[in-house]
Parts: sequence; C-alpha cells; structure tokens
Amino acid sequence: MKIRINGEEIEARGQTLAAILEELGYGEAKVATAVNETFVPATARGVTLSPGDRIEIVAPRQGG
Amino acid sequence: MEIYGTGIASRLMLGTAQYPSPAVLADAFRRSGAGIATVSVRRESGGERAGTAFWDLVRELGVRVLPNTASCHSVREAVTTAQMARELFDTPWIKLEVIGHADTLQPDPFGLVEAARILVGEGFEVFPYTTEDVVLADRLLEAGCEVLMPWGAPIGTGLGLTNIYGLRTLRAQFPDVPMVVDAGLGLPSQAAMAMEMGFDAVLLNTAVAKAGDPAAMAEGFARAVEAGRLAYEADPMEPRDMAAPSTPVIGRAFLE
Repeated sequence: MKIRINGEEIEARGQTLAAILEELGYGEAKVATAVNETFVPATARGVTLSPGDRIEIVAPRQGG
Repeated sequence: MEIYGTGIASRLMLGTAQYPSPAVLADAFRRSGAGIATVSVRRESGGERAGTAFWDLVRELGVRVLPNTASCHSVREAVTTAQMARELFDTPWIKLEVIGHADTLQPDPFGLVEAARILVGEGFEVFPYTTEDVVLADRLLEAGCEVLMPWGAPIGTGLGLTNIYGLRTLRAQFPDVPMVVDAGLGLPSQAAMAMEMGFDAVLLNTAVAKAGDPAAMAEGFARAVEAGRLAYEADPMEPRDMAAPSTPVIGRAFLE
C-alpha cells in the first residue's frame, strides 16, 4: 500500500507500523513515531496502517 | 536554583546546534560548565543512525537534556513533537516553542498557552519559550508552567536584551518564578546584564556555536553569568545623576 514516510510517498509491504519500520531498516534505531500527526508510542507500533497514512519517524538531533 | 523540584547547579544552559564539529561542541560544553543542553527531534531515514550518534555524544557530555519543539507552528505539531521527544529522551522536560511569525520567530501566545495546558495535563514539565508579555506569563503560570523562558531578542539575532523595560517588569511581577532568558543573546555582557536584573539563568546557542572560538566564548559566557549573578546577590548600588566623591573630602590638603 502507498503511505507517506517523512513526507515521501513509498510503497510498503508491511501492514503494521512495526513491520514497516523493520522493512525500511530502522530496526533497533532510536526513533519515535507519529501517524497522521498523532504520537504512536513504541509499545503501540503493532497498529495496522491504512493506505495514505502519513508517518513521521524522528530521532534525536542538535537543537537550541 | 530549582526548576520543577530539580536542583540546577549552573545558571548557563547551552544549545547543541550549529557547532563546526562534535568535538568543538563537546569542548564548548566542558568550558561552559553548563548542566543542561537543549536538543531537538528531526526526521530520520532508515539506516541513517545520525540520531544514535548524536545521542551517544550528548550522553558523554554528562548533562541533563531539555528537548525542544523548535519550528512547530501549531499546537498539534508542538504537542506531538513533545510526546515523541519525551519517549526519545526519557524526560518530562520540554522547551515548548509554538512559533507564530516566520521572520521574528516570535512565539504564538495563543497556541503557546493552549499547548502548555495540554502538555501539563499529560504530565510534562513545560519550559515555555515566551515573550516579556506579563499577561501571557500569567496565563502560562495558570496553565501549570513553573518556569518561564522570555526571549532577550529574536532567536539567532545576537541583539541582546531589546526590551529592558519589559523584561524588568516581567521579573518584578513574578519574583518567585524561575526565569531563564532564552534566545537573542550575542555577547557575555548581555548575559551578565540579564543576570544582574535578577533572571535566574540564561539559555543560548548561536552566540557560542557561531563564535570563531566556540569553547572560549562558552567560558566567557560562563564567567559573565557568574559575575552577573554575584552582582545581583550583592544588591547593587542605586545609580544617581550627580557626582558624589568616593574619596573622603574631610582631611583634604589645601582646604581653606
């Protein structure tokens, strides 16, 4: 299904957020996620995604 | 000084952005003596691991982190970013930025209060990036904020304290609320001035990171903050318009 990851549309095989993170190579990376602008905690990544969902995957960065 | 029940040893807080290299960042932190570092969250692509590398660097600094919601222009973005930051950095602290104006990066006062209320309700300890507006400050305190972070000048400008009257009024109106002058400082003398005015701490980034020698500038700010705080605690003299001789007049030679 087509979903958007960090603003870019991709064709994903997995159905859940966890499966897609694995598929895209995030593995054990230190990231946090949101779907359609709603935070999805690491413990809830079994959630099933729908076509068109907008997923944000963020990590620690420099900040002021 | 205590913020949200946590003792804060250093009154200088430092950002982690824009340094020429991770080594320079680490050196600047060492010489600043800062105990709190601001950090952010940003998009990461699969396999990139930039976040992990940065996080390892921050942990080596041995400082407490204060994640921000920089660049968020809506309440929704800010709240979701705060929630993601809490999970990533494992801290209830959040430097809440809700930006309302692109050119000045001025806080959106309405969105700021709304986001603060939501986040406090979710157990966050909110450090609101705000202006010197006393009404806004009152609303933020009502929303449950226990610290205020008024700007000195717009972010990244280095202009110093552009509204001294406003800042002095804010400080005087809420004498018991911890306040950190955040943003706009360019020189140690400006930080010293904020501390002399009774602000509890300063937070800066660009002034150190963009200096020719960031580590030296970090130490300069550290000394200025210490000097300013000492001066505040020492209860400065009242200024006056006319001269008053400091050397005793009595006993002067040639006195007719």
